[in-house]
Amino acid sequence: MAAAMEQGTDAFVPYIKICRAPAAVTSAAETRIPSKPKDREVTTTSLTKSRGAGHAGDKVFSAATLAAGCLILVVLFGVALFLVIQAVPALVAPPDKIQGGEGFFTYIWPLVIGTLIASVIALVIATPIAIGVALFISHFAPRKLASGLGYVIDLLAAIPSVVYGAWGVAFLAKEISPSYNWLANNMGWLPIFQGPASATGKTILTAGIVLAVMVLPIITSLTREIFLQTPKLHEEAALALGATRWEMIRMTVLPFGRPGIISAVMLGLGRALGETMAVALVLSSGVLTASLIQTGNQTIAAEIALNFPEASGLKVSTLIAAGLVLFVITLGVNMIARGIITRHKEFSGAN
Amino acid sequence: MSKRIDVKDLNVYYSKFLAVEGVNINIDAKSVTAFIGPSGCGKSTFLRTLNRMHEVIPGARVEGEVLLDGDNLYGPGVDPVTVRAQIGMVFQRPNPFPTMSIRDNVLAGVKLNNTKISKGEADVLVERSLQGANLWNEVKDRLGKPGSGLSGGQQQRLCIARAIAVEPQVILMDEPCSALDPISTLAIEDLINDLKDQYTVVIVTHNMQQAARVSDKTAFFNIAGTGKPGKLIEFGDTPTIFSNPTEKATEDYVSGRFG
Repeated sequence: MAAAMEQGTDAFVPYIKICRAPAAVTSAAETRIPSKPKDREVTTTSLTKSRGAGHAGDKVFSAATLAAGCLILVVLFGVALFLVIQAVPALVAPPDKIQGGEGFFTYIWPLVIGTLIASVIALVIATPIAIGVALFISHFAPRKLASGLGYVIDLLAAIPSVVYGAWGVAFLAKEISPSYNWLANNMGWLPIFQGPASATGKTILTAGIVLAVMVLPIITSLTREIFLQTPKLHEEAALALGATRWEMIRMTVLPFGRPGIISAVMLGLGRALGETMAVALVLSSGVLTASLIQTGNQTIAAEIALNFPEASGLKVSTLIAAGLVLFVITLGVNMIARGIITRHKEFSGAN
Repeated sequence: MSKRIDVKDLNVYYSKFLAVEGVNINIDAKSVTAFIGPSGCGKSTFLRTLNRMHEVIPGARVEGEVLLDGDNLYGPGVDPVTVRAQIGMVFQRPNPFPTMSIRDNVLAGVKLNNTKISKGEADVLVERSLQGANLWNEVKDRLGKPGSGLSGGQQQRLCIARAIAVEPQVILMDEPCSALDPISTLAIEDLINDLKDQYTVVIVTHNMQQAARVSDKTAFFNIAGTGKPGKLIEFGDTPTIFSNPTEKATEDYVSGRFG
């Protein structure tokens, strides 16, 4: 990144304060060797010694960073351990004792699918918009507008999820239900738009849209930062070949930002998977259905939040086991993302 | 396949700051013209106005005319994208696209504007461009590898191959050797000599020996002081500029007694 910035400034320095020619152009005979300061002189014996204060500072700093690194691992391990220990009773319990009476697996998989549906809807809607907004801010908008817009986007990320949930249930669900009717009447042959549409609009699609609005600022602000880091040198190379602005973006900005876009989307996915309040408020939950515009479906996070207060005994274990499943899904998503990023490392632009 | 450039009364601005003032210069087709001068005197800035790359910087603008075989690059309705496709540029630091292979780097400019090109034609073009840049023998076995894996000198020649693949009228070079070792520099200088058979070449350089070696004509730019605009002091045949310049400032600069 430092190299990129250096290149950027180098190509753009308009006024250089030097008005004298470099002396080196004359001849080799005039080359002067700058006199060394005395304390910098290195003799063979001094190689084994080093200045004490710097050395101690080094040790303290490396110990501090090591501790910080270990702390993360300890916390992660602790959470995982807690989840596993608490979940074991539900995993080993006889099937008829679990909610639904058919075992933990039958209980959890509709929730997993519901969670994934809501998150995928959110990402499908949010990703293109976020990349578009980020590109507009980084490469198209006039500078003043760009900074203002970036600030507004960051503010969106600061709104609590319960507010989004309230907006979703009180406004969006009502306003959007007529279009669900239209979808059911005209696109009903697609399983995902099968009627009859929910009259209240409190469906998984509404929840997905609310989630999309929530993850939009995360993806936007991250991708904007990535796009701004594209080396000016590469952008100019593309422009100098006769690329239009869009071609320049396609040739340099997007390939350079690709790993960053993937990470940003995965972070958005992480939030969408774990989002609880908004889904709990917006979605009127039910059994798993393919149709996105009928009442039904439920996500893991909302299921835990809605049932935990009244739960006891094995029910608590069941919910914690559900949490463990969510944890594993998120972990898997992150590992897949990392895999995608490293697979193209050779062409990443980092070297 | 090469055109001449005539510049008339060109003023170059960064917002309100006048960076280069009143340049008049006539650059012949199929020749090498070198721009020399101290740092900050506006050589690179002026060079970038010749293919409308200057205006990429926010607030940057130009007054005056740049004529490419009589057509004003800054005339109304002229598309900078078209201008840049005809006037190629090689930058100070090698900048192959890191996300593309060597082959794709060469073809990058050709594939622009939705131009379709068959694989056979592309192969021929890649070989011809890399031959033209004296790089073919070094990279022919690894065309699929990323361009950023080459050495600095090879990367710079890859950039030249990329520039000549689109068959421009003029090639602008902004200190193309300043980041390279002497051997790579020599390779690029040989290449510049070959290029002038087909192209008009304009090169900015800090290295006066280089200007003397490669150019037919030399332009000396200077600046009166900090915050003052750079100006074209003298322009003439390279031997004259280096041995018998008209202006005192030119003589001081080329003989190293500057300041």
